[in-house]
Amino acid sequence: MNQSEGVLRQRLGRGINLHSVAYGEPHKLGQANVSFHSAGHVLGSAQIRIEVAGEIWLVTGDYKRCHDPSCTPFETVNCDVLITESTFGLPIYRWKTGQEIANEIYGWWSEERQHPSILFCYAFGKAQRILAELKAIGVENEILLHGAVETVTKHYRKAGIEMVKTRPLSEIDREDPLKGRLVIAPPSAYRSTWMKRFREPQTAFASGWMTVKGARRRRGYERGFVISDHADWPSLIQTIKESEAKHVYVTHGQDEVLSRYLREVEGIKAESLNLLG
Amino acid sequence: MQKASLNSFGNLITDIDQCNATTRKISLISKFITDIDPRDGAWVLVLLMGSRQKRLITGRRLREILQKNSKMPAWLFDDCFAQVGDSAETISLLWPQLKDDIKSTGLDGSGDIELILNGLSKSNPLHWWMETLFPSIKNLTETKQSKSILDLWKRLPDGDHYLVNKLMTGGFRIGVSKGLVVKSIAQAYKLKETSVLERLMKPVLANASWYELLTHPEEIERRDRGAIPYPFYLASPVEIEKIKETPPTDWILEYKWDGIRGQLIRRETGAYLWSRGEELVNDTFPEIIMMADNLPSDTVLDGEILCWDNESNKPMPFSALQRRLGRKTVSKKLLKDCPTVFMAYDIIEVNANDLRGNALENRINILKNLLNGVNHSILLFDTVKDFTHWDQVNKIREQARRDGAEGLMIKKINSEYLSGRKRGNWWKYKHEPMTLDAVLLYAQAGTGKRANLFTDYTFALWDAGNESSQERKLVTFAKAYSGLNNDQIYELDRWIRTHTLERYGPTRVVEPKQVFEIAFEGVMESRRHKCGLAVRFPRIKRWRIDKVASEADCIEEAQALIDIH
Repeated sequence: MNQSEGVLRQRLGRGINLHSVAYGEPHKLGQANVSFHSAGHVLGSAQIRIEVAGEIWLVTGDYKRCHDPSCTPFETVNCDVLITESTFGLPIYRWKTGQEIANEIYGWWSEERQHPSILFCYAFGKAQRILAELKAIGVENEILLHGAVETVTKHYRKAGIEMVKTRPLSEIDREDPLKGRLVIAPPSAYRSTWMKRFREPQTAFASGWMTVKGARRRRGYERGFVISDHADWPSLIQTIKESEAKHVYVTHGQDEVLSRYLREVEGIKAESLNLLG
Repeated sequence: MQKASLNSFGNLITDIDQCNATTRKISLISKFITDIDPRDGAWVLVLLMGSRQKRLITGRRLREILQKNSKMPAWLFDDCFAQVGDSAETISLLWPQLKDDIKSTGLDGSGDIELILNGLSKSNPLHWWMETLFPSIKNLTETKQSKSILDLWKRLPDGDHYLVNKLMTGGFRIGVSKGLVVKSIAQAYKLKETSVLERLMKPVLANASWYELLTHPEEIERRDRGAIPYPFYLASPVEIEKIKETPPTDWILEYKWDGIRGQLIRRETGAYLWSRGEELVNDTFPEIIMMADNLPSDTVLDGEILCWDNESNKPMPFSALQRRLGRKTVSKKLLKDCPTVFMAYDIIEVNANDLRGNALENRINILKNLLNGVNHSILLFDTVKDFTHWDQVNKIREQARRDGAEGLMIKKINSEYLSGRKRGNWWKYKHEPMTLDAVLLYAQAGTGKRANLFTDYTFALWDAGNESSQERKLVTFAKAYSGLNNDQIYELDRWIRTHTLERYGPTRVVEPKQVFEIAFEGVMESRRHKCGLAVRFPRIKRWRIDKVASEADCIEEAQALIDIH
């Protein structure tokens, strides 16, 4: 079974018609040679390489370049035409390493002994990456998981990803004040009735958006940890240059900013994909 | 006594920023200022309250300095700023990658500013930054200033730029209100909150003696307050149905006048007129100061400053008063065109006796007696309106509208004169605002908390009614920033992003499709606005998803609302 098959079936439905393939495995689709290459975004994420009559197009999908113990690293693929994401396509977005952020999170959590700490993050990918990063810096304490995080984490464990010991929050007695415990939950649980069980918790959100103070304040979280599964500004530029693409289409996010930068500063033929209609 | 360094102050700001609980914020601040060097303490309070008088340098200027000295194109720099919404923060995020572009700052090493910059160290107290370094930078010529700021940035470790830039540009916006600072001072120095509030009415000076006066123990308070105003007691919007459950005899009805709130103090030494913004406005309203000569010494009145039309015996439109505001000198013509009166409705001090603990009814009687003896054409007394049953209230409010008032005040008959906005005793019952349906035409990103979200909207009306046969055009009519909830803001933001027709810098022209009901307090003629009209306090009342753009109102309908009062 492929690493990410479990997660996909869990999210899309048990009975879906799913044919899993390995990274790099060649496929023929009419005139096209198609292959999938690791995108380093989450477990099983892939870029799609399509070759027709000697011309190569690459669709990155979401990707990142920095080290992540919870998934296969990004693979550089050469192409003629590149379609890249640009979620964080502004120079203000630059990531620290996962290890540095794991240390920040652990420091924040271990300082609060009287109350629970709740860390909000996307349930698929980010949560497991944080669990794996914490494991990598030697954290031993058990972490509690919201149901939505628990279901995905289960499949990561089956795929052999090493993560900190976890337990579903639902297994803990409701009267337990959870002093000094860390709970990981999806952002949708923030300020929901699910929060009622906690007494004076400290809250934080882990996301690339936390770079900007206003973005954190607007959401009302007390702390923000800047960690993302998307490419930051230097990685976007690096990836585009390394692909050696002659033509770049930019989509999903700061497409206008990044394509203008490529044209005017880097001298690369680039345009925003959204504007093409 | 503790000196506060830049670092320790920075940590305080971070700690406050990273907690949501008010009690925790208060304890953080109070701990920080207990036993602080008063020179630093003064700056801590001034910075937290955002009450610094003058800005040392603008955020725009700081951005310009960094952009011009780096290789980053101006448009990209501006896009970054639009995303962040704060100059100091944008610079701190970009500095690590731009600092290598700046090889030499070009400072030649001689001169005062170099000496000062050489004295920069982590342990320098806060007041050194605020009183020595920043003012010296402020007073430099443009080129030298730019060089000095680059030099300063280069000397700082990467993590410190945000704080230092914020200190230069002013205003932290970390959810610290004046009330919270008052509570913190009270806690740190074991004072009553009202005493702190009263002491804060004195002009802020950000020096040691101001801080010592603010925090000295309660007993040695001076008896005579001099020119210092009492904290205003403020009313809240009424929940009329709740009030109606109580007996009408518990309440007093007055008109709510649409002017500016004022406190008139008469002392042996002279008269002082304070606005609600705790600003001394003697120069702006000389006729009121002259009138005050007729009041007995040691009298303090609470009331409304209004422009008054003697012929109709009604207030003039607010726009008349607006022409008077903010002026240091008033021309003879303006005095004649826009004459003001003081409409007294409460008395805080008489014969040097503090009346704040007395019942309202008693204060009003004292006021009435006092004014009977004064009799001056620009000192008016607001009479209490008779009512015996709640059913009469709406009728009286209608009469208030005809008499040029903004609505009614409903005050507890036995209420003391409290400070600040304390709910329960004083209520305002305003007229329903006027409304028009307008079309969203332009959107711009907000700043601060609303950075990166399109929250500044410009609305337009049709230039002709929809029965008109000619082709109609939309004319901009009002800007509004508030009235939508968070979910609606996000929804509208997404819609704006996907329905942009054109961009002019940060402004987006959107498809003229979304209709909003705009509420406002009045319409005035204006030469400054495209449609020839200016509205007061425009805000969004409702998102009219049930209407299409062609059903929005036209200019003519707005014109019909001019001077309805």
